[in-house]
Amino acid sequence: MLGVLGLFALLAFAAAGLTGSVAVPLADLPQALASLAAGEPDGMSATLLDLRLGRASSAFVTGAALALAGVMMQALVRNPLADPYVLGVSAGAAVGALAALLFGAALWAVDLGALAGAVGISLLLYLLARRELGGLRGGARAAVRSGESGVLLLTGVVLASACMALVTLMLSVAPESRLRGMVFWMIGDLAGSGWRLLPWLVLLPALLLALRRARALNVMALHADAAVALGVDVAFERRFLFLCSGLLTACAVSTGGSIGFVGLVVPHACRYAFGPDHRILLPAATLAGGGFLVLADTLARTVLAPQQLPVGVLTSLIGVPVFLFQLHQLHLRRR
Amino acid sequence: MISTQDLTLRADGRLLVERLDWRVNAGESWCVIGPNGAGKSTLLRTVAGLRAPDGGSVALAGKPLADWALPALARERAYLAQARGDAFAYRVIETVLMARHPYHADRYWEGSDDHAAAEAALRTLDVLHLAERDVRTLSGGERQRVAIAALLAQDTPLLLLDEPANALDLAHQVAVTELMATLCRAGRAVVSVGHDLNLAWSGATHALLLMGDGRWHAGTTREVMRPDLLSACLGHPIAAIAHGARTVFLPDAPQSGAAVTPIRNTP
Repeated sequence: MLGVLGLFALLAFAAAGLTGSVAVPLADLPQALASLAAGEPDGMSATLLDLRLGRASSAFVTGAALALAGVMMQALVRNPLADPYVLGVSAGAAVGALAALLFGAALWAVDLGALAGAVGISLLLYLLARRELGGLRGGARAAVRSGESGVLLLTGVVLASACMALVTLMLSVAPESRLRGMVFWMIGDLAGSGWRLLPWLVLLPALLLALRRARALNVMALHADAAVALGVDVAFERRFLFLCSGLLTACAVSTGGSIGFVGLVVPHACRYAFGPDHRILLPAATLAGGGFLVLADTLARTVLAPQQLPVGVLTSLIGVPVFLFQLHQLHLRRR
Repeated sequence: MISTQDLTLRADGRLLVERLDWRVNAGESWCVIGPNGAGKSTLLRTVAGLRAPDGGSVALAGKPLADWALPALARERAYLAQARGDAFAYRVIETVLMARHPYHADRYWEGSDDHAAAEAALRTLDVLHLAERDVRTLSGGERQRVAIAALLAQDTPLLLLDEPANALDLAHQVAVTELMATLCRAGRAVVSVGHDLNLAWSGATHALLLMGDGRWHAGTTREVMRPDLLSACLGHPIAAIAHGARTVFLPDAPQSGAAVTPIRNTP
């Protein structure tokens, strides 16, 4: 199962490398890859591959992080319809990034702004909803049934709308020349992103740590607070999920802007295909999310080539109908 | 097995249970009886360690609950919550296998011993044929039996059940009551909350009456399940009628100028 998804991801990379405004012939692939591996891309094919694979790796890590964060967020709020943005992390990132764009900052400052915004909003949320995340054992006063009361979710949604108000304010006062970049950031765009190390440094440890506690996540997803009765430290796991999904989302949005629907549709589709067991779901969603975004990004830069579309447009265009279809199915089964 | 000392429980500032000194030994089956809102579930959650006491302490095997590591505690007591909200489409067998969680901290997948325990538990509760079903598609009674099966699979000396007879049909209510009695005879301890006095009388060895205003009565069912105490506790006259060798509890018609007054008065 995971092998199939791994193959899918590899194929997505191959497609990303070979297609584009200028196609790279399959025959050139071995030689170009060899020169890439040697660290000195020479020739047209190798240079193109270098650019495209760099972008594809960014797309993969972004998609994987979003999908993984989505699975975590859904386990945290115990709602399969939650996504990584539901608690306002992306809205916070948007405020940071757009503020940087508004003042015409350099590209790295925009990424930094997004990261700062995402981390800032997460911290604020943590402070406001601390009791709920604290859950049982953590705080002595655990009469509030955390997770059921929805304080965390509601706080996140309210903070997100406050951030969106700031975003709208910035958009309305921004000069024409900068508006386009700001809108593209909001939609989610991977153009101009190359090889990046940082997101991988967050994604891999997050995945490994999550896999270690996959069984505990299952128990929590099933029993909510009563998971304590099965020996799961619910308070600790909640904080872990909150921290990890926040970091992953922050990394993803600072790489590609707020790309929509990957974090919702991919975990959902994986749950539909492989079941809700987190031991399979976590790696499956990570691989599928990465592969999906690589494909979507490849499509985004080829369908109207040489014009490039923001990848967020495509993920939403694909994501919305898929999601509606699944929602409908769920509804039918529940009746 | 489990003991409370001066245990005091409150909810929203209202006193539920005051200075409860209570001891449950292996081989005993306790039923907790009381009107709605008297603190039965709160007591069970507190004894399970899901909630901190508002005063006093709870000890399991002589060691305060707070000193237990959670996984070790999960191998000592199992807890059946009153309601289940299933957000995800787990299969029945998966929900029961999860009850084996406290036994293998270092394993990624369950072993064949876990599968054997889960299947035995499902068979005991007469739900093995549902093993592959999505829990969200089960009827209320089926879901309840699956939850009790999970409790059995957890394989603990102490079982805490919040209204185990909920949503069960008559045959399964009796079957579950008998199952708990059998477990007790085998040396386990059971504490269950329930509203059916006849089930409690037939299944339990001891009873704890929560009067709803902080007062409580604990003892064997013969000592505590007396019509006068039960009437005062539940706020309705109750008659105990001998039926052959059995005793049947029935709600009595309220007498005019009632000797029994409802004891639930809010301050």
